[in-house]
Amino acid sequence: MKKYANNGFYAYLRRDLRLSHRRLGEAASPLIFFVMVTTLVPLGITPDPASLSVMASGIIWVFALLATMLSANGLFSGDYQDGSLEQLLISPQVLVMPVLGKITAHWLVVGLPLTIVSPLLGLMLSLPEAGYLPLMASLALGTACLSLLGAVGAALTVSLQKGGILLALVVMPLYMPVIIFGGATVQYGIDGLAWTGPLAILGAMLAATVALCPLAIAGVLRLTSIN
Amino acid sequence: MGNPSLVTIENLRFERDDTTVVSCDQLCLDVGDILQIEGPNGSGKTTLLRLLTTALQPLEGSILYCGKSIAECRLEYLSDILFIGHQSAVKLTLTAEENLAWMAPSGLDFSSVLKALESLGLAGYTDIPCYKLSAGQQRRVALARLLVSDARIWYLDEPFTAIDRDGVKLLERCMKEHVSSGGAVVVSTHQNLDVQGVRHYPVLGGSSLRACP
Repeated sequence: MKKYANNGFYAYLRRDLRLSHRRLGEAASPLIFFVMVTTLVPLGITPDPASLSVMASGIIWVFALLATMLSANGLFSGDYQDGSLEQLLISPQVLVMPVLGKITAHWLVVGLPLTIVSPLLGLMLSLPEAGYLPLMASLALGTACLSLLGAVGAALTVSLQKGGILLALVVMPLYMPVIIFGGATVQYGIDGLAWTGPLAILGAMLAATVALCPLAIAGVLRLTSIN
Repeated sequence: MGNPSLVTIENLRFERDDTTVVSCDQLCLDVGDILQIEGPNGSGKTTLLRLLTTALQPLEGSILYCGKSIAECRLEYLSDILFIGHQSAVKLTLTAEENLAWMAPSGLDFSSVLKALESLGLAGYTDIPCYKLSAGQQRRVALARLLVSDARIWYLDEPFTAIDRDGVKLLERCMKEHVSSGGAVVVSTHQNLDVQGVRHYPVLGGSSLRACP
């Protein structure tokens, strides 16, 4: 007999993944954006491999950040509009687990595909060989941080009809440490230094955001619903 | 003084932009009650219901659940209520069965979900995405939650929107069965309910009224 287990985290993770699966075009748009704009760089700036290889890691990181940020807007807005966010707020459970489930789904749909295609883009931008592994490792941890921080912004702007630009203003300062250490990880790798150092700091950031962001989001969502 | 009522409202007041939207001196809801909230558009019916579901915080006053303030027994209270609002929380890209499954309480099995959908006239529509259903059918998907929930208190905000005559009868029967098995219903609607023993509670925005016997 098929039974439903609705323990917050998995229920929302599965539901959000299923929703993305039903609207693949929309779900894939951050990835398409990421690949498209990165492809434009050699065309717009220079196709010279020597100059590209200097910028490659930075370019990939900046566009990964933008792609994640643009998609964060939809994290709670759909649920807010159709009333399921209200149902979540009055459900007899701790808000943190469903919120974490939704963010995990967001990372699986946005961050993970970005990480997986990043070596291809690295190849296109002549990223030095030593940079591939650090790039993927830093993007895997970094995009998870970006999803969590973006969700805080999405929760803050959920009740606004056009929260897009405000969301960017809110989360941009929070994104800065992530891109600094993400870019540094790749650069250390290319320079032959121990790149696990900055990566460890990214890991620490992820640990902190996993612990704190869902709490902040739960609080913010309660506040927005009250008005 | 007998047992405390299931839900009691005391001196509840809610303001929006310095205007009183809801003002309710006293209101009791006992087991077996069907309470119909009536009033013109904009008189605060939905706001009252959202205050009762804790989606909104009152400015003054309190809501008691079995004699205890709901702030003290929040989780207990929330697991005993079911709210179906204007926005039905139905995800259009999910099927009826999937919609009901993620909103339903834990431990529910597949056959009872199907049974609930079938008794609301959705047999044969359970596995197609809800955007292909009509407005009334989408409403029925939301209302199917009533049949799979074990909450005693139902808060229904305009449940008859887009529902046909047979559906209205069906819903009235559900309410009767629910209250006779130890539940209570608060429903806001403009229709006349064909149910015996409905208590009426008129809301008129800021003016205060009593509805306790």
